[in-house]
Amino acid sequence: MKVILFHLMSYADLDFEATKDYETVWVNLPNRFFDPVKCNALYNRYLDELESAEPLGFDGVAVNEHHQTAYGLMPSPIVMASALARRTKRVKIAILGSALPLREHPLTVAEEHAMIDVLSGGRLISGFVRGIGAEYHTFGLNPTISHDRFHEAHDLIVQAWTKPGPFAFTGHHYNHEYVNLWPRPYQQPHPPIWVPSQGSKETIDWAAHPDRRYTYLQTFSPAKVVGKYLKSYRDTAEAFGYEAQDSQLGWAVPVYVADTDEKARMEAKKPFELFRNRLLKMPFEMLLPPGYSSRASLKGMMAAKASLTQEMTLEMAIEMGMVICGSPETVKDAIADYWHELRFDNLLTMMHFGNLSQELTKNSTELFATKVLPHIQSLQSEALTQV
Amino acid sequence: MFEDTFLTVKGCKIRFRRQGHGPVLLYLHGANGVPKVQPFLHELSKSFDVLVPEHPGFGESDEPNWLENMHDLAYFYLDVIDHLKLDRVHVIGSSLGGWLAMELAIRQPQRFKSLTLVGSAGIRIPEAQPGDIFLWTPEKAAHNTFKDKALIDWTLANPLDLDTTLKNRHTTALLAWDPRLHNPMLSKWLNRLKMPVQLVWGADDQIMPLAYAHAFKALIPQAQLSVYPNCGHLPHVEKSEAFVQLVSQFINKADQA
Repeated sequence: MKVILFHLMSYADLDFEATKDYETVWVNLPNRFFDPVKCNALYNRYLDELESAEPLGFDGVAVNEHHQTAYGLMPSPIVMASALARRTKRVKIAILGSALPLREHPLTVAEEHAMIDVLSGGRLISGFVRGIGAEYHTFGLNPTISHDRFHEAHDLIVQAWTKPGPFAFTGHHYNHEYVNLWPRPYQQPHPPIWVPSQGSKETIDWAAHPDRRYTYLQTFSPAKVVGKYLKSYRDTAEAFGYEAQDSQLGWAVPVYVADTDEKARMEAKKPFELFRNRLLKMPFEMLLPPGYSSRASLKGMMAAKASLTQEMTLEMAIEMGMVICGSPETVKDAIADYWHELRFDNLLTMMHFGNLSQELTKNSTELFATKVLPHIQSLQSEALTQV
Repeated sequence: MFEDTFLTVKGCKIRFRRQGHGPVLLYLHGANGVPKVQPFLHELSKSFDVLVPEHPGFGESDEPNWLENMHDLAYFYLDVIDHLKLDRVHVIGSSLGGWLAMELAIRQPQRFKSLTLVGSAGIRIPEAQPGDIFLWTPEKAAHNTFKDKALIDWTLANPLDLDTTLKNRHTTALLAWDPRLHNPMLSKWLNRLKMPVQLVWGADDQIMPLAYAHAFKALIPQAQLSVYPNCGHLPHVEKSEAFVQLVSQFINKADQA
C-alpha cells in the first residue's frame, strides 16, 4: 500500500471561542479573524510537516484546495505543491485536487500542473474536483452547471496534455483557438489523475469508465461509507467489463498515534472535535446549493440531514471508523483490518487536524512513520504472496 | 375555476391556467412558481382574461435541455405569445417574473401594452445587495419574504411538496445564480420600453430592496411607482386588495391609451 501524508492546512490559530456564535467558518466568517503573521508561522510549519514525510518514508505528500475558509488555508494548492517540488526529491506530490469548474480558463490548470510535473521530474499526482458547495457561494459560479463544466474542463486539460498542439478547442463553456501547452507534462501520456469525493454515484460512474480508470479517493467518511463507495467503484468497473485494481482506490482519513490508546484519545480529542464540529460545520443550504448534486442525491442527503449535522465526539468517530486513533499497535491493526476488508492501495493519512499542536503532530507522525508505516506499506506484497 | 391545462409550444409542455374576459393579462411568476392560483389573480380575472403559465423548469412544466438562462426563457415566451395568437398583452411580473417581463418587452416592445413589475429582479445596483435567497433556510426565507406574521406562519405550515420545491429552486439557480438575479446588459436596453410601466414594491422587501424600485424608476422615466408600507417582497399577496385596485386601474387606463 502507498501511504501519503495529506495536509489540509487548517487555520489552527482561529479564535474558536470568539467565533463560536458564527454558524460556520466557511463563506462569511469575517476575515478580521485571520492574522497573516500567525498564518506565516502556520504555512511554514505545515510545509515542514509535509516535507518531513520524505525522510520518514511516506510515499507521497498531498495538498488540497478550499476557498475563503478557516477550514483550510490553500485557495491554491498549486502554490504549496510547487514549494514542495523544490524541497523534496523522491515523494509523489498529490494535488487533491484543483477545483476545475471554478476556473474561468481551465487551461491554466493544465499549465500549472504541467509546470509542477516538470519541476518535480514527474512526481505529480493530479487531482480533479468540482469544489464543494460552499465554493459556489464564494465564487458565485452557477452550481447547476458544475458537473458540465467539470467534464468539459477535464476534456480540455487532458487534450492539452496529450494532443499535439496547436489545436482549437470548442466547447460549451470553454473556447480556445490555440491550445499549445508549454511546458507539456513530464509524465507520459500525462500525470495520474485522482478523483477525491465525499461519495457520489455520478462521480464513480465517470471515474471508473474504461476510458479513464481514475483513482477514486473517498475522503473523511465512516468506514462503512468508504466500504460502500469503494465497492460501488469495483461493481461499476465490473459492469464496464473490467476488474478494478486496488491502485484505483484510496481513502483519506485522519490518523493519530501516541504511546497508548488512552494517551492518543486524550491528545486527539479536542483538536479532532474542533475539526469535525467547527471547521467542517456549515448550513445545509451552503453545503448543497441547487444543482450541485442530482435532485435524487439531494433528497437522500436531506433525509440524512440530521446525522450529517449532528455533533460528534472522538469516541463516536473512532467507533465509526472516521478517524484512526490509538497506540501504534492499535492503529496498525485497524488499518490492516480495513485494508483486508476494503482493499485500497492508497491511504492518505491526515496527520494534522483542527488545532493539533506542532509538537503533538510531530510526535504522532514520527511514531506512525516508525511503528506503523513499514507494516502497512507491505500490505500489498502480503496479499500478492497469499495469491 | 381557472381552466387548468397544458400547452405544448415547440416541444415544451407547460402548465397553463386561464380565466376571465377582457384585455389579455399575462402573469409571470417568481422563484417559487405558482402552484396555486392566488386570490389576486382570481380578483383580476373578473376584469381581465388572466393567463397563468408555469415557466419551463417550474411546477408541473417540462424541464427542457435548452433552458440555460433568462434569454432562452424570454424567446420561449415570445413563441408562447405567437402560439396563442395574442395581439398585445398586459404583463404582471413578480420578482424573477418581472425580470422576464422586461427581457420580453425589450425584444418586442410593440407586443406589450403595459408592464407591472412587482419587487422585480433584473438589474444590479452597488448600493443594495439583493437578499441571498440561496443561503436561506425555509424559515429565514419565509421571514424575509413577508412582513405579515400570519403569512409567514401559513407559509411555514404549508410547504410545497419537496420535489416541486427542489425543481423550482434548481431552475431559479439556473436562471439567476450568476450573475445574481440580474442581467448586466438589461439596463442599457430598458430605454426600449415605451409602454406604460407600473412599479409595485413593498417598503420592507428583503429580497429586492426598495432601492431597486428607485433604480428602475430612474431607468424607465415613464414608470410610476407605488410603495406599500409594512409589506415584503410579494405585495400582490400581502396587500392583495390594494394591489388589485391599483393594477386594475393602471391596466384599464393603459388599455385605452
